[in-house]
Amino acid sequence: MPLRLADLPRRRYGSPGNAACPGCPETMGLRYVKMALGDNVVLVIPAGCSSVIQGIRPKSGINFPILNIVFASAASAASGMSSAFEMLGQDVKVVVWAGDGGTADIGFQALSGAAERNDDIIYICVDNEAYMNTGIQRSGLTPYGAWTTTTWTGKTEPKKPLPFIVLAHNVPYVATATVGYPQDFIEKLRKAATIRGFKYIHLHAPCPVGWRFDPSLTAKIAQLAVQTGAFILFEYENGRFRLSPYSGMYRDPKRRVPLEEYLKLQGRFQTVLKDPQKLEMLRAEIDEMWRWALLLEKGMASPELKK
Amino acid sequence: MVLKALTANHAVAEAAKLARVKVVSAYPITPQTTIVEKLAEMIEKGEMEAKMVRVESEHSALAATLGAAAAGARAFTATSSHGLLYMHEVLWWTSGARVPVVMAVVTRAIGPPWNIHVEHSDVMDQRDTGWIIGVAQENQEAFDLTLQAFRISEDPRVYLPMIVSLDAFILSHTVAPVDVPSQQEVDAWLPSRRQPYVISPETNVVMGNIADDADYYMMRYSINAAMEAAKKVVEEVDEEYGKAFGRRYGGLVECYNCDDADYIMVLMGSWAGDAKKASDLLREKGYRVGVMRVRFVRPWPREVVQEKLSNRKGVIVFDRSISFGSAGQLFTDVAASLYGSTSIRGVVAGLGGVDVRPEDFMNEVTDFVSHVEEFGRVYEPLRWHLPPKYAKSLAEEVSA
Repeated sequence: MPLRLADLPRRRYGSPGNAACPGCPETMGLRYVKMALGDNVVLVIPAGCSSVIQGIRPKSGINFPILNIVFASAASAASGMSSAFEMLGQDVKVVVWAGDGGTADIGFQALSGAAERNDDIIYICVDNEAYMNTGIQRSGLTPYGAWTTTTWTGKTEPKKPLPFIVLAHNVPYVATATVGYPQDFIEKLRKAATIRGFKYIHLHAPCPVGWRFDPSLTAKIAQLAVQTGAFILFEYENGRFRLSPYSGMYRDPKRRVPLEEYLKLQGRFQTVLKDPQKLEMLRAEIDEMWRWALLLEKGMASPELKK
Repeated sequence: MVLKALTANHAVAEAAKLARVKVVSAYPITPQTTIVEKLAEMIEKGEMEAKMVRVESEHSALAATLGAAAAGARAFTATSSHGLLYMHEVLWWTSGARVPVVMAVVTRAIGPPWNIHVEHSDVMDQRDTGWIIGVAQENQEAFDLTLQAFRISEDPRVYLPMIVSLDAFILSHTVAPVDVPSQQEVDAWLPSRRQPYVISPETNVVMGNIADDADYYMMRYSINAAMEAAKKVVEEVDEEYGKAFGRRYGGLVECYNCDDADYIMVLMGSWAGDAKKASDLLREKGYRVGVMRVRFVRPWPREVVQEKLSNRKGVIVFDRSISFGSAGQLFTDVAASLYGSTSIRGVVAGLGGVDVRPEDFMNEVTDFVSHVEEFGRVYEPLRWHLPPKYAKSLAEEVSA
């Protein structure tokens, strides 16, 4: 049954006065997490914007029980919590809420370990495509050509294909989602909550400060990322790969919105837009991800290997 | 009680089982490995009702242990050397979170070059992290201290994590008789888990978000206050353990041949046995020498050190570790506690597992005694007790 907005809870999960920047995709995402999963959730948050967004103790600007933890080991801390709840006979969903640095770079070892062990957690990577909390430095998930404060003329390497890397661990559930399509994200979260074992959701999260766009455009830019094909929405469940409806229509590149429409709203891609060669490189990066996705859709993954 | 032949590592694993640990997370490293192997075996055989998180690193091991403990379960981990150093950041996070956790540290040298033998540099490197650090001399004490650690760490006056330190190979891999109490006896002695808060949907607690600077400062103040309070708790637990199981160790320090001693050796760990032997042999030769074995490095037993060591003719501290550019860490703490009230010498010996025998202690003590008698008040922070083959060549170099 399709998700109806009217059926979603209307409670405030983020309090006014929390420390997020205007237009922050993380507070949007956190709200959707609680709308999807309800109150039976504990968050584990490594260093990152969300450490700050909570605000200053003894209060918290977001209404979750939270174990804040060191940068590199969010997944392991969550595994420990999940094991404890299991031993204590409590049914609690343990959710990691980590940025792209805490997931793809410094936290990657712990992520890979938890995935391989198939620990019973939901891991959400909030991908704003750079180290935003320390001031917009490039990360493994910064796309090719993007300006950051450590890549002044644009990043020279492509984005690490993290959702595919996690998928290669053959865990029960991997999905990509975006703050631009909350219903899709909420549906994926709800599905993840019904599955035992390791669940990974990669949440695309356009950052007005780091990407250099107007804070009113967060959702629009997130949607454009999907409509231009720059970010692909999919699900990998029990060894089966499926493009999500919002991305399914963009299999055919001709149906996609021109990539420039997504790039031109963002300050970080200005050098790419001025340089046809760089633009082609970025296109090639995106095409490669589509090639992988379509191969997987054809059934590259073997269902027998699933856990 | 049953007398079992156990390595100290297996004794520690037995103690963790008897403490009804619910979550174990560890990563293998020599010489700790047989602790985690034993626990895995006990869990898989169904002898221990716990879950094991077989993590991919020590950083993750302590993070998982902390996560489990924060969620309300009694949790345990163990490591050595590089593993402990890799964990270092999470040690701070755990004590800062005030979550009771127990960790066994099998002390081992730090590379390079690779060396798996006993040295205290790894555990001494953690002195400032807000963990209580207890040090065993023998297998039995490694067992007893592990059980006691849960009681100390989970005492509401303390609520700090605790390290149980035991020496590589000399204890970890050497079999000795260990008196193992029954589950009922342990259950009667060790209360069920207490902790300051639990993070769960029910409590809605947030741990670790930003604090204003003054609040942060006061949290550091409170950790130190808990450390100070732990001194009394350690003494109490030692006494109650003695009542229940018949073994007492003297609390924060153990004193041997100290009452009438003119000179006292200060040290910690397994080689205290050799130092005690040296003390006996020196007494036969007319030297009144005692041994103060430090059982707790943190909290530092300042008061008892002052009480027992002031007004002696001399104190000689043996460190199996060094703070490069300063001196042995134990020396630094002893000297600071005595503030010049007695002659003192620091000796660094036995690094990388170099064997130190009773005669080595005897030679160092007699050298120190003659030095004090010749020069009066002596303050010598760092003397190297070199390995025999180097000691010889150095002596030749000096005489040439």
